[in-house]
Amino acid sequence: MEKILSFAVDFGSYAIKGGPRYKAWLLFLVSIILIGSYTAYRQLTEGLILTGATDQIPMELFFANFIFTAHVAAAAILVVAPGYFYHRKDMKELAVIGEIIAMCFVATGITFILFHMGRPDRLLHMLPGTGYTNFPNSMLVYDTIVLNVYLYLNLVGISYILYKKYVGEFDTKALARWFTPVIYLAIVWGPLIHICTAFVLSSNARMSEWATAVLPFGFLAMAGASGPALVVLLFLLIRKHTKVHINDSVIDLMTTIIGWSLGIILLVFASEYFTGLFSNTEHAASLNYSMFGHNGLNMYVPWFWGIVGSIFVCFVAILTPFIRKSYDRWLPVVCVVIFLAILLEKPMMLVFPAFSPSPLGEYTEYHPTFIEYFNVLFTWAIGFISLTLLIKGAVGILSGEVKYHKPIATK
Amino acid sequence: MSEEIHETNVETDDVQERRRGFLRNIGIAGAAALVSSPVSVEASVGSANPDAETTIAEMLQGHFVLMSDEDKKKAIARLEKRYSAQYGKKTIVSDAPAQDGVLFGYALNISKCIGCRRCVHACVQENNQSRNNPVIQWIQVMKIPKGNFSFSADKLDKGYPESSRIGDYGVQVGGNAYTPVGGLSTEEAQNYYPQDEVVPDKNFFYVPVQCQQCEKPPCVKACPVRATFRDPNGVVVIDYNWCIGCRMCQLACPYGARRFNWGEPNLPPEEMNPKTHYLGNRPRMRGVMEKCTFCVQRTREGRNPACLEACPVGARKFGNLLDPESDVRKILATKKVFRFKEEMSTYPKFFYFIG
Repeated sequence: MEKILSFAVDFGSYAIKGGPRYKAWLLFLVSIILIGSYTAYRQLTEGLILTGATDQIPMELFFANFIFTAHVAAAAILVVAPGYFYHRKDMKELAVIGEIIAMCFVATGITFILFHMGRPDRLLHMLPGTGYTNFPNSMLVYDTIVLNVYLYLNLVGISYILYKKYVGEFDTKALARWFTPVIYLAIVWGPLIHICTAFVLSSNARMSEWATAVLPFGFLAMAGASGPALVVLLFLLIRKHTKVHINDSVIDLMTTIIGWSLGIILLVFASEYFTGLFSNTEHAASLNYSMFGHNGLNMYVPWFWGIVGSIFVCFVAILTPFIRKSYDRWLPVVCVVIFLAILLEKPMMLVFPAFSPSPLGEYTEYHPTFIEYFNVLFTWAIGFISLTLLIKGAVGILSGEVKYHKPIATK
Repeated sequence: MSEEIHETNVETDDVQERRRGFLRNIGIAGAAALVSSPVSVEASVGSANPDAETTIAEMLQGHFVLMSDEDKKKAIARLEKRYSAQYGKKTIVSDAPAQDGVLFGYALNISKCIGCRRCVHACVQENNQSRNNPVIQWIQVMKIPKGNFSFSADKLDKGYPESSRIGDYGVQVGGNAYTPVGGLSTEEAQNYYPQDEVVPDKNFFYVPVQCQQCEKPPCVKACPVRATFRDPNGVVVIDYNWCIGCRMCQLACPYGARRFNWGEPNLPPEEMNPKTHYLGNRPRMRGVMEKCTFCVQRTREGRNPACLEACPVGARKFGNLLDPESDVRKILATKKVFRFKEEMSTYPKFFYFIG
């Protein structure tokens, strides 16, 4: 018990220690959270009318961002899997970072869903016992289950690894018997949360742009690009500013995964666009809308071409050995572009244009409100502050700076 | 020709009702101008009167169908107390059960509909929808252009590829291919033609769309908590106190029939219809879904839906699909009937017919 207490204290105090730039980053996030708690309060008391959502486009930025968080969360297993499935020694130590990313992004996604709900106060209606779940019909029920299970699997994994390392008992050859299944389950569960999220969308026959069999594949490919992009950025930062050693081979594996994933995204796009546009039936109406606009409504057109273009450029860039190996300069730039392109793909290509035409033929543009923007920033800030603190603490333990010392003074 | 006959029907049947409706609409516009904050009448009355507040017991109540009879009685008493205080009039919340051996169906004659939208407004008045901010209407009337038949000999060679050894008449791209010929397509539909527009416009026909009460409703499949479900009469209803506001049903509905209370509903007390049903037209709260219930508060008592009663041309017919003598069954037997968006395999019990 005393060990656990000292683990929490040491972990926490190391997490908030840092240079002025680190402090400034934390302060920045805290200030967003402070502003955001006002906008969140406004939305919780006055309702979703403060967002840009309408009966024509009922899914807001929260929903779009939720899909993106599921991308990154699912992709975090790409850091865990090589260590445990392929026994790569350089990656086994880093698995815990992947799990932290997964946990933080799943938690962020769940927060987005709370903002998305019209009645978050009735959450109990979904829980077994106090509620009634529409099992096995509703895809949202599956999604809720897989997201929560993934959250707790990762929580268990992280706590076990970090604690064992802290007290100096962690040995990859002699893991606890219950722990190996947990971590393997977490690895399998990653794609599962993503496939379920894709099915929440593709199960709606009337959303002709979503009701496509390639949606889960596209999602997994986007996960494979956006998640490792974040991982590369984090690894480069960790390796530059801390004592944790990360091999070039780890970064190279990640960039390989990004490259393959971008290629698959482009293939998925191409097959969707070909299938839609060759016969150009009503199922391609939303696609036409986002590609070329409709009767002067062309808000999404620059986004469409910009995002597809930047994904293509990043694909070419990451295949170039010079850029792939430019760890200090070009690789981070490419990774930031990939992360942002896929983040913006969600609202501007996947979610909003898909609602036009509506079932009765209406074409609509979505205009988010300031309150909505701030609530999105608020949620991201919570996500990033927990990500920052957890990774900082984990780095302290991985580098051996934070470890358990037997209390001497008590004797 | 037929439109003229319908116009005379309007004059004789329903002049009174129309004027009243018109005045009411002006009243709504006035109220809209007065209420500036999204927190509305309800909240301001609520703060003055503790009875008008939502009680903890109401927040914690279970799914209506799963409640015991005693709990149902309590829940209804709570709601009646709250609504009566909120709207300043004695409100009845009925829980009249579904009738036995009844499957409700609706038939709408699109060759008769003149697009006057009296059904829309009658529905709003009957079913206590939010009047403004958000505006909620359960029926939407599509105004669809009849064909303009701009086929032309000049466009015969607008094919692709433009010229080949086979001839200049390839697959038409543009040209005569894209000439609109009318038909029940939502592509050119106008859903927001002005309220003061003279109807019917000779160049258009009108198709009202409301909840189609599907036999296989995708919304019911999508709801994670079964707040929306089919009742024994085949009508899809919502327990507004159970809905969590996730809007999965709205995403699933191929008819755009579901409406969300994006903010606190604005229902002026003087316009509130105090005769309500728990699953039907009782006032809703912020953040829940609502939709047409075929006026469950009326049909469970053997009356017709409000939209049917308001229709000046008799385009709307309602009845029991299990009864061969009902209006709907006779129409199914004798008219050219179709279902809207049949390809969605939702099997609506709302039929459109011609003739």
